[in-house]
Amino acid sequence: MAERTQKQKPVPARTEETVDEAPSSAPQGDKLKAELDDLLDEIDGVLETNAEDFVKSYVQKGGE
Amino acid sequence: MAIAKVCGIETEYGIQVRGAQSNPVAASSVLINAYVSGVLRKVGWDYEDEHPGNDARGFTYQEVFAPEVETHLINAVLTNGARYYVDHAHPEISTPECIDALEVVRFDRAAEEIVRTSMEAAGRLLGDGSEIVTYKNNSDGKGNSYGCHENYLVDRATPFGRIVSQVTPHFVTRQVFCGAGKVGSEFPNTTSAMVPYQLSQRADFFEEEVGLETTLKRPIVNTRDEPHCDAQKYRRLHVIVGDANMAEVSTYLKVGTTSIILAMIEDDALGGDLALANPVAAIRQISHDPSLTRTVLLRDGKRVTALELQWALLERAKKYERSHGLDCVVESVGQDVLARWETVLAGLERDRNSVATWVDWVAKERLVNAFAQRHDLRPGDAKLKAIDLQYHDLRAERCLARRVGLEVMISDDDVRSAMTEPPTTTRAYFRGKCLQKWPNEIVAANWDSLVFDIGRDPLRRVPMMEPLRGTAEHVARLLEECDTAAELLARLGS
Repeated sequence: MAERTQKQKPVPARTEETVDEAPSSAPQGDKLKAELDDLLDEIDGVLETNAEDFVKSYVQKGGE
Repeated sequence: MAIAKVCGIETEYGIQVRGAQSNPVAASSVLINAYVSGVLRKVGWDYEDEHPGNDARGFTYQEVFAPEVETHLINAVLTNGARYYVDHAHPEISTPECIDALEVVRFDRAAEEIVRTSMEAAGRLLGDGSEIVTYKNNSDGKGNSYGCHENYLVDRATPFGRIVSQVTPHFVTRQVFCGAGKVGSEFPNTTSAMVPYQLSQRADFFEEEVGLETTLKRPIVNTRDEPHCDAQKYRRLHVIVGDANMAEVSTYLKVGTTSIILAMIEDDALGGDLALANPVAAIRQISHDPSLTRTVLLRDGKRVTALELQWALLERAKKYERSHGLDCVVESVGQDVLARWETVLAGLERDRNSVATWVDWVAKERLVNAFAQRHDLRPGDAKLKAIDLQYHDLRAERCLARRVGLEVMISDDDVRSAMTEPPTTTRAYFRGKCLQKWPNEIVAANWDSLVFDIGRDPLRRVPMMEPLRGTAEHVARLLEECDTAAELLARLGS
């Protein structure tokens, strides 16, 4: 599998102030969206094929 | 001063058999057997000191939880000091006792890997193309919930009533950073149109403020009084209000902040003025409001958002750190928890996407919303519920949580070693190391004792009533010097 390991992302906030000089957050937003698009492409291939059956058949006994 | 916040997590995993008919109890047994029989000799669990019916308020419900119901089920103690067993109809792993939140994350991740390894082993064992699949979540979307329980060591001298009243505001609002997210609602008469998405897997299931139950009429503060250690000195606060997290930082913050709050309560440094007027309604209302803007009523008449309440708790925690230090939660970890607590609240307030690598409900929400938008799906669509479930699927090739860029705190190597090596800083070290060295002489194990059979005389019980005795510092040399279990028992003088 290609995508087995999780990507380490930069820690948010605190370091954020230094990045804030950018005039607008649009490029950041575009980047996020592009990443999300890639992910969605991948997920289309990973998702259970018959969502309805899958969701219906997932029945658990209560626990604890 | 507050005592060390020894802590741990027990997780019940959802389980499904594909390609064959099987009941969940049998499937759970197959799963655990596949792991245990392949890796280590099974050691029986000893129930003598288990009293799950004891209530922290001072009375006993023997009929509520008869321990015997479990004894015929699979139950193993692992060499990392954890317990792996079938609970009701789920495979469950309790981590060993840990000294701090980071250790809990490490052993919770190890537990996940153990379950994942078990699935693979079970697949080979079944050999008929059928497959056992497990999910680290807390609900089937149809009103059935199963738990992820935390445990914290607290001082018996702290009045239980103070714990209940002062920890509740945290239990109700901490879901803003440790909710695992859920598509839709399982609360009666609540449609997907009303609640398309919520913060917590579990919030729909809480009906009481305080009580002993875990399976019905669930309380926000559970009163089970079963310390598994010296009951004169300690309590074990059993916390049933949390979600199972895929995001390591969510688990870390959940345990780390709760440890600090409990230390503050022990030192009477928190105060009771943040009490909610109606905690049961508030926990659900906060969960049902991903905008994080609705307010809840405090007992003193003020209205605050969940984030405002969390900011108030954080401010007091920072003040507590200055006056008392954070030794009891391990100073370095406590400092890091405080810093991340602030970061996560600020991030949730300003731009929640900035904490999507830390917070499960945010990561899942982004995925669900983007998928709905791309495929033009309405709330309630089965595909969105499938995404919710599959976020928690433990199969690497199917798990969506593995694909959303969650921050990794524990390296693969550290996870792998935690599957077999116990923590060095609690009594779990003694348990785990003895199991490694003398698996054939140990006939039973429990949180607070090991029972040896060295072939002569009666069975010998070694009590472990102090959670912080039996650490590597105390017994590593002793264990190394003893060639046989008999020698160990002689040296221990038991």
